[in-house]
Amino acid sequence: MSDALLAAALLAVDPAGTGGAAVRGPWGPARDDWLAALTALLPEGTPLRRLPPGVTDDRLLGGLDLAATLRARRPVVERGLLAEADGGIVLVPMAERLSPASVARLTATLDTGSVVVERDGIAARHPARLAVVAFDEGIGEDERLAPPLVDRLAFAIDLAAGEADDPGAGLAWSRDGVAAARDSLAEVTADEAVATALCETATALGIASIRAPLLALRVARAHAALRGATRIDEGDAAVAARLVLAPRATRLPAEEPPREDAPPQETASPPQADDSTNDSNDSMDDSGDDSTNESGDSMPGEPPPLADLVLAAARAAIPPHLLASLRASSVAASRPSPAAGRAGAPKRGTGRGRAVGTRAGRPDGRARLNVLETLRAAAPWQGLRGATDPRTGRLEIRADDFRLTRVKQRTASTTIFVVDASGSAALSRLAEAKGAVELLLADCYVRRDEVALIAFRGTAAEVVVPPTRSLVRAKRCLAGLPGGGATPLAAAIDLAGAMARAVVRKGQSANVVFLTDGKANMTRAGRPGSAEAEREAGAAARLFRAGGSTALVVDTSPRPRPQSEQLAREMGARYLPLPYAGSHELSSAIQASTRQS
Amino acid sequence: MRTPFPFAAIVGQDEMKLALLAASVDPTIGGVLVFGDRGTGKSTAVRALAALLPPMKVVAGCRYNCDPEAPAGFCPECRARAGERKLKAQSVPVPVVDLPLGVTEDRVVGALDLEKALTQGVKAFEPGLLARAHRGFLYIDEVNLLEDHLVDLLLDVAASGENVVEREGLSLRHPARFVLVGSGNPEEGELRPQLLDRFGLSVDVRSPDDLATRVTVVRRRDAFERDPETFAREWDKETGRLRSKIVSARRRLADVDCPDTVLETAARLCLQLGVDGLRGELTLMRAARALAALDGARAVDLAHLRRIAAPALRHRLRRDPLDEAGSEARIERAVGEVFGP
Repeated sequence: MSDALLAAALLAVDPAGTGGAAVRGPWGPARDDWLAALTALLPEGTPLRRLPPGVTDDRLLGGLDLAATLRARRPVVERGLLAEADGGIVLVPMAERLSPASVARLTATLDTGSVVVERDGIAARHPARLAVVAFDEGIGEDERLAPPLVDRLAFAIDLAAGEADDPGAGLAWSRDGVAAARDSLAEVTADEAVATALCETATALGIASIRAPLLALRVARAHAALRGATRIDEGDAAVAARLVLAPRATRLPAEEPPREDAPPQETASPPQADDSTNDSNDSMDDSGDDSTNESGDSMPGEPPPLADLVLAAARAAIPPHLLASLRASSVAASRPSPAAGRAGAPKRGTGRGRAVGTRAGRPDGRARLNVLETLRAAAPWQGLRGATDPRTGRLEIRADDFRLTRVKQRTASTTIFVVDASGSAALSRLAEAKGAVELLLADCYVRRDEVALIAFRGTAAEVVVPPTRSLVRAKRCLAGLPGGGATPLAAAIDLAGAMARAVVRKGQSANVVFLTDGKANMTRAGRPGSAEAEREAGAAARLFRAGGSTALVVDTSPRPRPQSEQLAREMGARYLPLPYAGSHELSSAIQASTRQS
Repeated sequence: MRTPFPFAAIVGQDEMKLALLAASVDPTIGGVLVFGDRGTGKSTAVRALAALLPPMKVVAGCRYNCDPEAPAGFCPECRARAGERKLKAQSVPVPVVDLPLGVTEDRVVGALDLEKALTQGVKAFEPGLLARAHRGFLYIDEVNLLEDHLVDLLLDVAASGENVVEREGLSLRHPARFVLVGSGNPEEGELRPQLLDRFGLSVDVRSPDDLATRVTVVRRRDAFERDPETFAREWDKETGRLRSKIVSARRRLADVDCPDTVLETAARLCLQLGVDGLRGELTLMRAARALAALDGARAVDLAHLRRIAAPALRHRLRRDPLDEAGSEARIERAVGEVFGP
């Protein structure tokens, strides 16, 4: 039995308590099987609601039921999706693309177990004790679930990790077993030692959030209830550490000297951990009476302290790639979390047409009619307009009553600087380009735009600063940028195009600013040669244009060349020749140009 | 409504609790902003306030929480009724009103009562959250995700203490004075400077990092979730003590003396930090006085000032995006220089 299915069972026992699961992996049979297993364990009639992408607030939170309101001639409240899912589960496909606004609505619901509606003339509070199953279909590092949501979901399940179950294999638990466990949940007690062990383990794994040990405790309780016990024991705590704490580890615990009585391969043995669950599964089937005997039997001599056991279980389950990523981050980043900048990134990108009030006017196909406000505008006049009998008479609505939803289109933007750090550019202009970028960074900070920096020299282009709002970080990276070498222009255009597309996918707009002399002399494959490199750059430029990002090519060569202008045209970019300009001239020219666009 | 987690049972987070208590003693301090890590009980603390604070007197049946003792600040309805007969008073819990996500403008300011308009053809005003929060607290979780047009609206009302409604042929104004409490996670985005400036106190909360505190947090939370009523009852005595502390602090507030040396030190601190305007000094003084009142002291002393310096000033420092040290270090340095070690 895999951990994914164990998590499903525990989630079914206590949906609201565990908060739910983040399920990583592409859409496909593995996901369907997992979901089917979960549904099979939930009590009959448990509400499951799917969150459609781009769901509006009136559907998510609830609002006015317009059809019913018009029919009844009094406001009729419609419950939203979250309230409908009370006692059940909200499924979120493509959860990595949730807007921060939607994430906040989900987390507020998870925190309070209710939905507060203050919309459209309605004030209501609906219970919404539910779990969120967030399907994370993100592929790259850029696409991750929002940290505030992950923080509140007990389980992190990676279906892509290959740990596939035989779909034919039956579950170790039944719907009745889960229901019985749910009923006995409140009676399961926890010793102080359990809470201490889970907290110690979380600290050892570098988990800052206090929600982690809290969720682990609830999972341990659900596990104990599932095997019919009334007290959380070491096995329950170990399972909780493995399922809840291990995936959140940000560092590896310091190695303890091996204990005499500890099993020999304490450090790395997922099979051993699995055995322990199987044991508890078995004991559960035997109605759990002998579970205490069993744990007594399996531990001859002095048992190791609980905290050590729990930590060992968590350590064994730490994902293998963690080591690699930890090593990388300890070298690269001094900031606490390299993902932090990215986490906040899409914040203002939610602006793609959010409603910000209403105005009077005629609907013209572009503006949306706000029916409620229109009704409000019309209502006081009904008597005057001679609607005879309020019960049968129809509402009379006139053109002046029409109210349109005002929509704000402002999207956040990311400016991607692509700096030519090759020898030819570096000699004359790299310092100026750096200075210009620095000045622009200050401007981006004021406008709260994000910036990213790509540099190219030698044989390749690289992302020096991924999209960030941290000016300090961008500045530091820029200062340390070395110059010299050939000009791999095609590779730079490709990389900038890819980054711009990623930004647009997040709902933001991207401006790409190339600072180059346009003299390509290195091919994508890393072969020197001007003719081929320029041909490739031209092709890359046309490909870039197809991506539809706005771009600006600043020609920094001492004598502007027609080829650079040609390149800009192929890219669909503005062209700005700037021979002998200082940092200030560069930056003001770029500012003026991006404003126009 | 579920039983809230008792305020008194919140482990650690002393600065946050102090700021909230100070604001409940003296609402003119101007609101509290709580920024910090996830899962640190920011919203728990604010929502716990309602159960902690002593009840207040309102005009019975008033939809705007009018104070029967203060006829000068009556809403239009109470003013009209006061002429006819004596108004009855009623004791109600201090409102702690949640401004939920997805809130629409009509519910914030109030709007035409659609039901009455449709069924009876009557043009009546349905008060919004601003009315409900009058004389209490208005709480905005995830304040940095609030829509800009709502922020503008709140700024205006918070500054004037009055909600002016001009919509749908309705035209009225009613008092709306409340303590604005916002919470959020800085990783989700920064606050607009204008909104930042409206908050009197700003608190940074972090996850506790010592094991004993973390274990206590987990255990109390667990006990509360398993049986909220019993848990709250166990803390009744502590809650009661805290409540009477607030009551007597409020009574004493006007008599707490603020000596010149304290005012001078406050001014020097603001100068040292380059804080703009007088608001910093004023908040510093009011908050220190509230603190002294909570302590039962007759006069504000330098220790009170020192305790409240960081929350009163950290959000008022002029931003230098290239200063890596951050406002915390700058305040610490200035406090060290002004107060001595």
